[in-house]
Amino acid sequence: MTANDPLLTYCLRLGDDALILGHRLSEWTSRAPFLEEDIALTNVALDFIGRARLFYQYAAELQGGDATEDTFAYTRDVRDFTNLLICELPRGDFAFTIARQFLYDSYALLFMQQLKASQDARLAAIGAKAEKESRYHVRRGREWMLRLGGGTEESHARLQQAMDDLWGYTDEIFEVDAVAAALIAEGVAVDPAGLREEWHATVSSVLAEATLRQPSPGWAVDGGRRGIHTDDLGFLLAELQFMQRAYPGLQW
Amino acid sequence: MTVSNLIPLLPAEELARRRRRAESQWPEIWSLLDAVMDPEIPVISLYELGVLQDVEVRDGVVVLTMTPTYIGCPALQIMEEDARAVLATAGYPVVEVNISLSPAWTTAWLTTAAREKLTRYGVAAPRERTDKVSCPQCGSSDVSVVSEFGSTACKALYRCGNCLEPFDLLKAI
Repeated sequence: MTANDPLLTYCLRLGDDALILGHRLSEWTSRAPFLEEDIALTNVALDFIGRARLFYQYAAELQGGDATEDTFAYTRDVRDFTNLLICELPRGDFAFTIARQFLYDSYALLFMQQLKASQDARLAAIGAKAEKESRYHVRRGREWMLRLGGGTEESHARLQQAMDDLWGYTDEIFEVDAVAAALIAEGVAVDPAGLREEWHATVSSVLAEATLRQPSPGWAVDGGRRGIHTDDLGFLLAELQFMQRAYPGLQW
Repeated sequence: MTVSNLIPLLPAEELARRRRRAESQWPEIWSLLDAVMDPEIPVISLYELGVLQDVEVRDGVVVLTMTPTYIGCPALQIMEEDARAVLATAGYPVVEVNISLSPAWTTAWLTTAAREKLTRYGVAAPRERTDKVSCPQCGSSDVSVVSEFGSTACKALYRCGNCLEPFDLLKAI
């Protein structure tokens, strides 16, 4: 699938982030530590999958032809997905899921606040809706960070481990390549580099409040936006796409 | 008593929506759709909820404009089907539904009457300006949050410290 249109490429990136992270969250359904949390994680998953649909629907209109939102979700291979690597990492334990959500949601809130000012009316409308939901996600994530960080020795250790494991994946969030740069110049895309300082300040303050140590930078990876992924994404897609691959065009 | 206690202050987009209905050429269609309730809170209509944004008829086709409460809310599809069913029964078989994201839905559009219906139904109504929550059963403000998400994305789960009953809050967004 070629995407020569920068706006289409951009929509797919945002849609892929949302779909893949939403799928990881949905894996907790019926497996969360207790009922209320099970419902909460499932609801957050639903928010992200809803977001993915909006970006893919727009992408389908930009692409034209027979493309629908499902074309992008179900018929592309690993190398065509351009989500951030942090979104595809396996769900891990509960601390890992909470740590990832907190790091990602803190960025997503700032991102959506800016996206709602996009010159592209459709992206702006999505940003305005998603911002409201992200605000809730961040609030909930912060509470869990404090509870796990200040909880037992075990919960503290697991959350610290998760932060250390995830930290190197946060660098990629703020990268700007040529596609993004062109759209940023037109006022269509959000400049993630401009969000980094505020993101860092929010995250640092919650880490301190949760009595966690800030991971020391020393390594970073990237590749997601170019279709270079971890092994894990292939397994995720194998499950996500199974029905459409086995029975193309299947309807409920 | 300040003016805002006497006259509820409305967001501009909500005022525009109410005007669209008041000045509509198709008041009977709006009225028919008053029978379509939120599938999860079946005492509030799509209009009262703020989901139904506009009604038009173009070349014999009824065109409804609806806005989702939450992006991933699966109830939107049920609402759409229910609206189509009501209109089909009333002699409007051809219905087109446009989903509009902007202006983004907010609980600030809920009327006072809708908030009272919610409370009577057992769901605490949102209070956008104060964030204060009262138990819909006994009115106590001695409440605590159990979970940020209740049975649906739009609700949070609370517990009352006075009457000890659990309840849902329609979250202010």
